[in-house]
Amino acid sequence: MSWGQRKGRALWPAAVVASASLMLAACGGDDDDGGDGEGAQEVPAEEASGEFEFFSWWTGGGDSEGKQALLDLFQEQFPEVEVIDAAVAGGAGTNAQAVLASRLGSGEPPDSYQRHAGAELLSDIRDGFVEDLTWLYEEEGWMEVFPESLLEQITVDDAIYSVPVNIHRSNLIWWNPAVLDEAGIDGPPGSWDEFLSQAEALEGAGKTALTIGPLWTQEHLLENVLLGELGPEAYAGLWNGETDWESAEVVAALDMFIQVLGHSNIDQAAADWQPAIDPIVDGDAAYNVMGDWAWAYYETVQGLAFEEGYNVTESPGTEGTFNWLSDSFTLPVDAPDRDNAIRWLQLAGSQEGQDTFNPVKGSIPARTDPDESLYTGYFQMPLEDWSNADTAIVGSLAHGAVADNAWKGEIDSALQEFVSSGDSAAFAAAVAQAYQDTRE
Amino acid sequence: MYRLRRWGPAILLISPSLVLIGVFVYGFLGWNVTVSLSDWRGLRPSYDYIGFENYTRLAEDGRFTNSVGNVIVFTVVFVLGALFVGFFLAYLLERRIRGDGFFRAMFLFPMAISLIAVAIIWRWLMNNSTGAQQTGLNRLFSSIGLDFLVNDWFKADQPFAVMAVAIAAGWALSGYIMALFLAGMRGVSDDLREAARVDGASEWRVFWHVVTPMLLAVLMSAVVILVHISFKTFDLIFAMDSESRLIETPAIYMWFTTFDAFNFNRGAAIATLLMVGVSAVIVPYIWYSMRAERRQ
Repeated sequence: MSWGQRKGRALWPAAVVASASLMLAACGGDDDDGGDGEGAQEVPAEEASGEFEFFSWWTGGGDSEGKQALLDLFQEQFPEVEVIDAAVAGGAGTNAQAVLASRLGSGEPPDSYQRHAGAELLSDIRDGFVEDLTWLYEEEGWMEVFPESLLEQITVDDAIYSVPVNIHRSNLIWWNPAVLDEAGIDGPPGSWDEFLSQAEALEGAGKTALTIGPLWTQEHLLENVLLGELGPEAYAGLWNGETDWESAEVVAALDMFIQVLGHSNIDQAAADWQPAIDPIVDGDAAYNVMGDWAWAYYETVQGLAFEEGYNVTESPGTEGTFNWLSDSFTLPVDAPDRDNAIRWLQLAGSQEGQDTFNPVKGSIPARTDPDESLYTGYFQMPLEDWSNADTAIVGSLAHGAVADNAWKGEIDSALQEFVSSGDSAAFAAAVAQAYQDTRE
Repeated sequence: MYRLRRWGPAILLISPSLVLIGVFVYGFLGWNVTVSLSDWRGLRPSYDYIGFENYTRLAEDGRFTNSVGNVIVFTVVFVLGALFVGFFLAYLLERRIRGDGFFRAMFLFPMAISLIAVAIIWRWLMNNSTGAQQTGLNRLFSSIGLDFLVNDWFKADQPFAVMAVAIAAGWALSGYIMALFLAGMRGVSDDLREAARVDGASEWRVFWHVVTPMLLAVLMSAVVILVHISFKTFDLIFAMDSESRLIETPAIYMWFTTFDAFNFNRGAAIATLLMVGVSAVIVPYIWYSMRAERRQ
């Protein structure tokens, strides 16, 4: 699944083309904005024609099948429309973003493109590349079917600019039940403190307590340690300036992160998230914190049975909290086939569309009214939690929901240093400073 | 009129490439410098001049200074290693041993493999996992009892980590350096060697005092080629362990800050500094070789 493969592989030629055409675009002068799409257009159902180009980074297993299922459904409903699938390989968008940046910059947007919902879309919004879709939400009645807190988190200045199609969960801890048995541990830790004491027992039994991969997986762990230690409210405040990064609580949570890392195999960090999971499958390690795309790896690649070969629950201290990340589709300004793009978004936001896409992709719908029979095994847990109004919903840092690209870039740099120095105060100060520096 | 007739066709013939190079090399170079002095962050280009702020910020940016340290270590180890190994291989093959064509092809072959593939191979070879996950060189060493050689390779402490990457790069390019030296050695006329032998020089002294002095030009171009490759190496390091502080170089940081964080101005500043670094090596070389040509 390409969520995990992010930053793994990329196509250099495409990148070169991207940067070259970006230069050309810049030299050619700025394209002015077209009609800022205010107001709903009447979209006739049957006589739709013309083209529809959808831009995504979904080329891997699961992802690309899910996208294909949705494109097929679209084609079925609008047989006269010529569907163009513009997918750029390279994981969760490192390379796709470069290509997309050049196309947006040169005023040649696709009809719709994929972005992580939330802060990752902020640059596009500020630069005026995407249309306000609030009218579509109202027209389709989506304000009622998406969770209120999700809508809140993707609203920018009272407007919503994208349609979330799926939800992945970040705050999960995966483990090998046999390894816990061997070390005489009853179940997964309920807090990171408990994890630390379990880790001693696991290491006593010759096991690695926690496995880890490249920088983004470390960031993924960091966000979930922060969430577990600070609770959803203070965690959410980290991203809008309400929680002080340099406060004693946050620094203590960062210290906890370093202690947790101390019980991981960070010195032998795997090159990607799948090899990070392998020691757990092999019975050499106990825990791994990863999003629910890992489900497909355990289930289909490793052929393990849920609750027997592997098990999963909320990461320590995050029960009743849902740390989300989501793919969403946009309506670019000056989309060449705007009517088809709107039809596409209507389908992507519909119950039928989301129930077509998600079971294949291996995620749950962003809507709270799915056909529950389609989501079995592991997926019952996130589905139930997502629809539960009492669940606290917070966004993921590592996957673009809460920090815009500029700030997240600085956090990545600071984290690189933090992981090697272990200096929590310096990291907190750097992140807080970067927050100030990257406000516009 | 005579002048025009003489120069006209020539200028006409080279003008397409002059224009293309002018636009795509020097034009964009200038454009890159402009961006590096601008406030362009985010997806929409912006060229408002802000002076050297991007550069002064880089000087204080721990991630950048760390990456500069890495690329210096990488360059020293990679260039010296590839030169030494390449020269040694060429010296051996120069004696026209049996099957030298086979060995030449074999040593040159790694250069035909893309650096991405080289990185994947060496990432596996230099994996530092232990126990059941142990692979590659560490596994080989521990299975033949050379446990003291087992180490962390590109996950070792700085500056050793980036040296491990230099081994992979050296593996890929020393065959090419061998080919350069071999061509240089075979270009030395047999008459000169004969003359030295007649004067009573041993084979070693013939090689050292007659052949090697004539390899200076080859050495110069080998160094220039290796150093500029080294400064710009991206794919190898990216595929081996991307965003690892231990081995990250400015080229990698440039990519991440430009296309992940949309700091186009900072990316352009790093690109400009890389260009200055490469020019510092290439310009003296061009100056030297032009002077040498003029003397002939």
